[in-house]
Amino acid sequence: MRWLVALVVLVLGRMRRRPRLEEPERLVPTGAPDRRAENIVLLLFGAATVCAIAVPVVYVWDAIPNQTQFLGLALGLALACISAACIVIAKRLVVTEELEEEYGLTHPDEEEAVEQLVDESGDRFTRKRLLVVAGAGAGTALGAAMLTPAASLGPVFEMSSLYKTPWRRGVRLVDEAGRVFLADEIEEGTFYTAYPEHAQREQMGAPLVVVRLKPAELRLPDARYGWAPGGILAYSKICTHAGCAIALYRKPTFAPVEPKPALVCPCHYSTFDVADGGSVLFGPAGRPLPQLPLLVDPAGQLRAAGNFSGAVGPSWWGVRRHGPRS
Amino acid sequence: MRRALVMCVALGLLAVPAAAADPPQSGVTHVHAAPGTSPVDWGAQLFGANCVTCHGPNGRGLDSRGPSLRGVGARAADFYLRTGYMPLDDPGNEPQRSRVLFSKGELAALVEYVASLGGGPRIPRPQPGQGGLAKGQELFTEHCAGCHQVDAKGGYVTNAVAPSLDHASPVEIAEAVRTGPYLMPRFTGRQISDAQLNSIIRYVSYARHPDDRGGWALGHIGPVPEGLVTWFIGIVLLIATCAVIGKRIES
Repeated sequence: MRWLVALVVLVLGRMRRRPRLEEPERLVPTGAPDRRAENIVLLLFGAATVCAIAVPVVYVWDAIPNQTQFLGLALGLALACISAACIVIAKRLVVTEELEEEYGLTHPDEEEAVEQLVDESGDRFTRKRLLVVAGAGAGTALGAAMLTPAASLGPVFEMSSLYKTPWRRGVRLVDEAGRVFLADEIEEGTFYTAYPEHAQREQMGAPLVVVRLKPAELRLPDARYGWAPGGILAYSKICTHAGCAIALYRKPTFAPVEPKPALVCPCHYSTFDVADGGSVLFGPAGRPLPQLPLLVDPAGQLRAAGNFSGAVGPSWWGVRRHGPRS
Repeated sequence: MRRALVMCVALGLLAVPAAAADPPQSGVTHVHAAPGTSPVDWGAQLFGANCVTCHGPNGRGLDSRGPSLRGVGARAADFYLRTGYMPLDDPGNEPQRSRVLFSKGELAALVEYVASLGGGPRIPRPQPGQGGLAKGQELFTEHCAGCHQVDAKGGYVTNAVAPSLDHASPVEIAEAVRTGPYLMPRFTGRQISDAQLNSIIRYVSYARHPDDRGGWALGHIGPVPEGLVTWFIGIVLLIATCAVIGKRIES
């Protein structure tokens, strides 16, 4: 770290402005240096750096309570300190000179005058380099703090965890209260939410929507023969568009004149055909709803007969490359 | 012999719509029953005059016009008739709440007739007073708000409108939950128990006139428009402040 600071100071030192040939007449009156104000600015920049560094630290440290609130507090304090430092610089350290006319940026002479103005405005600083380093440090730390939440976007290189679901052949379907679903209990015209037995329900791949159609109404692909015993179908409850829970089941009362049965996501109205394996009928979803093959065991209980037909949840780059795994 | 039978059935099917021509386009056909007629007989006459073009003779249903009513029971008949969902001008339309054109007696007679076709569930008698308001909101949010919105003002599913529940009576709500009219799924006792249904109905009644402690309700359309209005007011205030500062600097 010390080496890094030394490097920054060295680079800044090299970038010193070239000496002018002749000193032109001063435009801005000289001001008395104000060491106290400089100390305040240094202190504020230091505080901003500390607060900004606290952001990734709090982000990584999952164990602390009210983590989100502390994240916001640290980021807010960092921004507040930087703005306070800027206010002190503007009010107490930069000599201000009001121009009578507009800034001239077209004529070279005027440009030079403006440049001189800017240079001379900073004359009051006694520890210019230190201030610049402190400011740059605070800015860098703040930038790092702002980028931290990007880590929440998910794995960038390691996607295999996204294919994992708690379903495999033989896992029983249970309702919210943990009761096992019997195939005979599943009625037409309504829908049920089911979870894998003895598994974490918060996982993306856990929740299912279970519906029943008449076996004659099914139009499943040939490869999914036997996936819907007795017309009972199970789909992932997580929409393939934005990952909302699919909470709407549209079922016709009188099929010949009404829209066909479909699962609808309430967020953006992605509509999935339940009869033909979850294909998209309408809306922004780009992939069919993953279907889970079912079987009815000798006790009449519903069990999974394997894993989903496709990856569960919102799509990502290369989502179709693999199938889900247990 | 067999061919003759098929012909007879086909002719019968053709004859029925012809006999009951003039389907009620903008009204219903009232039937005056002689005193002493049983409600089921009166209902049968009303059915023949108003419903048979789509639901078929004896409520057996007609392909591509209307479903069979055998076994749907008094519950569904009462719901569709008392909400004005039926009779429907065109079987392809989505039924909507409209003025009930049958008299109370006619409505009861029709309901009895449909119930007589094949049993089926009776009209539910919910007790919203026994339900809990907070529990009702929780259950409504979980089961109903996806379509009807949490304020019960209605919403959409693809291809249909989920109606507002502003005018739904407790019995109608109970009937709808158990029957699942049009595209709505029905909910069995396993999903929503009768006690839970009472709570839901209590919440729906409350949602019509909620306690707006915050002041301006903005039609109860939710936090997004409320936030937008706050932004709008804030931006106007900011612009006004800027204008005042600008004026002072100028002068």
